[in-house]
Amino acid sequence: MGATNRKLLAGATLFGLATVVGLGIAGWIVYEPEIPRIKPPDRASLSPALIRRGEQLAAVGDCIVCHTADNGPALAGSRALATPFGTLYSNNITPDPDSGIGNWSADAFRRAMKQGVARDGSHLYPALPYEHFSRVTDDDLDAVYAFLMSRDPVKKTAPPNELMPGLGFRPLLAGWKLLFLRTAATASNPSESPEWNRGRYLVDGLAHCGGCHAPRNILGGEEWGKHFAGGVAEGWNAPPLDASNVSSERWNTETLYEYLKTGTARGHSSAAGPMGPVTEGLSRLNDDDVRSIATYIDSTMHAGTVTRPAGRRVAGDAVQSHPATSTLFEGACGGCHEPAAPMASRGRPLLSDTSDVNAPDPRNAIQAVLQGIKDPTSDAPFMPPFTDNLTDEQVADLLAYARSRFTSQSPWPHLANTVRDIRKENAR
Amino acid sequence: MTISITVNGAKHEIGSDPDTPLLYVLRDDLELNGAKFGCGLGQCGACTVHIDGKAVFSCITPVGAIGDRSIRTLEGLGSVDAPGIVQKAFQDEQAAQCGYCIAGMIMRAQALLEKIPDPTDEQIREHMQPNLCRCGTHARILHAVRRASDVMAGVIR
Amino acid sequence: MNPITRRSFLAASGIAVAFAMTRPARAQLAGGGEGGAEPVALAPALPGSLKSSPYLDSWILLDQSGRATVFSGKAELGQGIRTALTQVAAEELDLPPADVDLVTVDTLRTPDEGLTAGSHSMQDSGTAIRNAAANVRMLLLRQAAAILMVGEGDVTSMGDGTIRASDGRRIGYGETASALSMRVEAVPDAPLRRKSQFRTMGTNLPRLDIPAKTTGGAAFIHDMRLPGMLHARVVRGPSEGTRLALPPDSEIEAMDGVVKFVRNGNFAAVVAEREWNAVKLMRRLQASPYELARSPFPTGGVAETLKALPARDIVILDASKPTADPRRSVRKSFTRHWISHGSIGPSCALAWLQDDLLTIWTHSQGTFDVRRVAADLLKRPIETIRAIHVEGAGCYGQNGADDVAAEAALIAASLPGRPVRLQWMREQEFGWEPLGPGMATEVDAALDGDNRIVRWNYDVWSNPHNNRPVGAGGVLVGNEVVPSFPVPEGKPIPMPEGDGSRNSNPLYDLPNMNVVYHFIKDMPIRVSALRSLGAHLNVFSIESMFDELALTAGIDPLDLRLNHMADDRARQVMLTAADAFGWRKRKKAAQLQGFGMGFARYKNLGAYCAIFMEVRIERDTGRVIVRRVQAAVDCGEVVSPNGIENQVEGAIIQSLSWCTREAAATDGTLRKNFDWSTYPILRFRDVPEHIDVIVEDQPGKPFLGVAECGQGPASAALANALADATGVRFTDMPITAEVVRSAIVTL
Ligand code: FES
Ligand code: FES
Repeated sequence: MGATNRKLLAGATLFGLATVVGLGIAGWIVYEPEIPRIKPPDRASLSPALIRRGEQLAAVGDCIVCHTADNGPALAGSRALATPFGTLYSNNITPDPDSGIGNWSADAFRRAMKQGVARDGSHLYPALPYEHFSRVTDDDLDAVYAFLMSRDPVKKTAPPNELMPGLGFRPLLAGWKLLFLRTAATASNPSESPEWNRGRYLVDGLAHCGGCHAPRNILGGEEWGKHFAGGVAEGWNAPPLDASNVSSERWNTETLYEYLKTGTARGHSSAAGPMGPVTEGLSRLNDDDVRSIATYIDSTMHAGTVTRPAGRRVAGDAVQSHPATSTLFEGACGGCHEPAAPMASRGRPLLSDTSDVNAPDPRNAIQAVLQGIKDPTSDAPFMPPFTDNLTDEQVADLLAYARSRFTSQSPWPHLANTVRDIRKENAR
Repeated sequence: MTISITVNGAKHEIGSDPDTPLLYVLRDDLELNGAKFGCGLGQCGACTVHIDGKAVFSCITPVGAIGDRSIRTLEGLGSVDAPGIVQKAFQDEQAAQCGYCIAGMIMRAQALLEKIPDPTDEQIREHMQPNLCRCGTHARILHAVRRASDVMAGVIR
Repeated sequence: MNPITRRSFLAASGIAVAFAMTRPARAQLAGGGEGGAEPVALAPALPGSLKSSPYLDSWILLDQSGRATVFSGKAELGQGIRTALTQVAAEELDLPPADVDLVTVDTLRTPDEGLTAGSHSMQDSGTAIRNAAANVRMLLLRQAAAILMVGEGDVTSMGDGTIRASDGRRIGYGETASALSMRVEAVPDAPLRRKSQFRTMGTNLPRLDIPAKTTGGAAFIHDMRLPGMLHARVVRGPSEGTRLALPPDSEIEAMDGVVKFVRNGNFAAVVAEREWNAVKLMRRLQASPYELARSPFPTGGVAETLKALPARDIVILDASKPTADPRRSVRKSFTRHWISHGSIGPSCALAWLQDDLLTIWTHSQGTFDVRRVAADLLKRPIETIRAIHVEGAGCYGQNGADDVAAEAALIAASLPGRPVRLQWMREQEFGWEPLGPGMATEVDAALDGDNRIVRWNYDVWSNPHNNRPVGAGGVLVGNEVVPSFPVPEGKPIPMPEGDGSRNSNPLYDLPNMNVVYHFIKDMPIRVSALRSLGAHLNVFSIESMFDELALTAGIDPLDLRLNHMADDRARQVMLTAADAFGWRKRKKAAQLQGFGMGFARYKNLGAYCAIFMEVRIERDTGRVIVRRVQAAVDCGEVVSPNGIENQVEGAIIQSLSWCTREAAATDGTLRKNFDWSTYPILRFRDVPEHIDVIVEDQPGKPFLGVAECGQGPASAALANALADATGVRFTDMPITAEVVRSAIVTL
């Protein structure tokens, strides 16, 4: 689970890069010098205050999620990141000198974060969201550096990436950067509150929310002008964070704050799929920064005008119109999702409220049923996986039923096929 | 309306409503004790049975959803007189305190060993993660799964 | 009215027996002093529960074939007591265990031994059965000698149900017994078998209940099916303190599938032919609006909540001796949150009113109390009620078992002739069962110049842990019916057992000790007994303090303990475990690695237990990985070593779960926990990598019982290992990964 799959679109498609190369990018654009090795800094030399600040910033950046394998040592890398271009493995960012970043200087670290170039001069895949990190101040990057350098060194080398033929050739990445990497720092907007500005700085920079919540073009770059229009991450949709969000009328700073901090917002949703670990990370972030993020996202969600189908809820006559499925629902889902179930009366989102059931695309609803939802802050289950209990048709029937009973959205077309496809996708 | 299901190789005609969770059908209609009611919410594993060889929570599987898939319960693994390998391993390790969770534990372990006969300790823990025990029998359960695996491999008897 | 009595039951089986209880003296023993209505002592000079039931035929009957039926007033709770008691009886009768049938608590058939609680079963019932069996064997040998016309010294029991004379002639137990009456009082000094002669005790007889539990046999109350049985569900609001506003009865009775709707005051239950229908009806009815029927729950911290309530101060210890002046002092406060029992199987009971006899099957720890409660609730003569214990899921104290039994009785009373099975749902158990009380302590201690502890001031705040029902006011339904039975006022359990005060008196040899129990009778949330009661936090506090003092003194924590411990058995378990653990050779190989120990003698009367632990902490998540646990226990004479190990392993793992993640919380109006996601407990991933338990051999010493001795030491050893690993003293449970992580960010 997990990682934001920014990298997703990672590197660039073969022919995209070919195009870039075709443009005759000169060698001097590709070339980056090696930065000399240093001895790993002594932990005692790092100020506790700086480490603590770095820890908070690292929580915003979610470093630990992408750089930790399932049940592996924290920050030691080797998490597999599936992208349309193949599988990448995250690097070890513990201060181990051989396999980690122990002999990286602060300069080398900053360059990697902002320009996507490793200490030895090789180009990094944009799975590392340097097009966002480039907006982070040097001070903040130094704090993150101090935090990482104060961790336990772990010796662990990531397996080689498994990319489509040709994409393993890293110099191509220079071309990608030319197209997508913007290094301008974000200027503050004096007409907005300091909180809003702080929020924007975090969201666009370290938090790299656009990494998942913005659509990607065919080269794996975030689409220009479509900031926060929603994207895809690890088989789940990352809902839009702009006015096209199906719940946007009802999200506000308070509910966003609650959601980001606890993984669940009353009247909305629980964080599922790759968003789970994000909220787990944010649960450790200081309240002010979480509130700032909520403030900024609240503003993006209500900017612009997008018409969307109004209203939800309204039980309608689903029970009558889907008699067979209503019984299936009672036996499989009723214990939690009937209106009187303890879950429903105790602050967990009602099906009528969850964005998954209201969304135009059934992907997340299907994933939640197939994979279940884990409590982001413990190893307990919120929702059990039904993948082995129910057939594709049954999942589709149940979701069609839930959509018609709990929302007034129009039915999802081709549901059974979509379930089948997503199940196949998950099996890979 | 009757529903027919295959449990431990035998076909049964059931008079229950199709929404009835398989758990209640097994316990009340077929009088099988193996699957236990623990939470009814798919969160504890006490009710674990196999559907087509996969470990599932029977408490959230409506009987009408089973179709022609085959069900196996604890009773299908062996009997008091002729326990199955995993059952025997749990007995040999004395892996029970109150024992309420144990039926589900055995079923989940069985599903693992049928897929991966020689799992690592890490794989065992990971696989058993959905099942809860309150008495703290976990260490013995882990030993029992290891023992069953060793017996299957012929390392011990 | 034709009640079946023990007398008529036994008469029917051919053996009549006098069974009178007249003298009102309290037997100072039953149920670990954890409340319940205790049986009276008829023969105070006899050991164990023989005090209250001195007649041999209360305990043991032999049939013509020589098989023994043994009766115990204690219940199998998954602690393996059935097997251990069978071993004890087999040993002293000198029979193969397979020839012994053990009958556990049944108000009609077995003696009243009070609650099965407080690690008292071996002490009470084990001791009684052991001595009763020794008495029976003594009588058998005497009788056999008379029959064979040889001297009493010339006969020996052979271990197979026969007695052999020195000339080689043999006679069976059955034949010998047929000429004997067991309706005699036990004598205190019947010769016990010696360790060198043991055939069964001290061996690992496989647990008798495990074959059924691993193969789908009927092992639990949940597995009982009576002819024509109906299924019931109670209909309640989401948590303690709520009241549902249900539709009118006529409307409910008209619902599909309702066989009976039982309503009495605020108690409501639906009864259906099929279980799933009962569940669905319950769900529909529970969708009704609810109102709050009690004052708001506290939402603050434990210490703050408790200290704001009026307390009665009880002096537990006030000892002073002249000592050197204190030089360095340490002060700490500790807390434990409210904890849920969290049995894996929610509470269940069956009841059946046949003619005039109401039979209740229950997994309560107080079967005889279930009968008393039902008599009070239903206003029925107690002789017309029979309660039988059947195993439930592990319960560790007073969970919903007593409530559900009384509710089943009430429902069945309105459906004469039909057996009723009532099963609580998971969320009802979380919402309504009594919790283990939250507690707080404060300790102030000082060392003199020679690192002797010369000051020890200790305060503990707690609600009563002893709210076991003995009348209808003690169960939920009693508070709900009209007219209602009031909730009885909480009372402390006096020392030496204690409740919140349990183990607040250190076993250590300290010259000055001032221990005060601030007993708080007003309960902001429903609480009652949970495994080890106050000993969990008290041992945690004392043992955490010893490590802090050792750190201040600059000496090894084990040495500080040994320097202050005069009890040899206590020293021995500490040394045994330390040795096996390699305590003296321990070496930190990584920064966030730590070693810690904890010790206690449960209640200062029960088993001795020392636990050593090695932990590592994942720096970035705060996750605690317990690498190794080494325990040593001394619980007197050993009946089943494997059974003891099993209990202690379980105690360790459960205690780690309590200590690292458990807190039953409220949001002011409702209990917050209703499922396993809102109340996460330890899962496989976090189980210690190695656990080893050494059982000290103490031939000839009294049984001490073992089930609860590990709770305090395990949590304490963990806190001490964490302090060793991080330099941070964690004083408030639960010590979650997040608490650890944020404490060590800059380390
Ligand atoms: S009873 Fe099915 S998972 Fe708990
Ligand atoms: S043995 Fe009691 S719940 Fe596992």
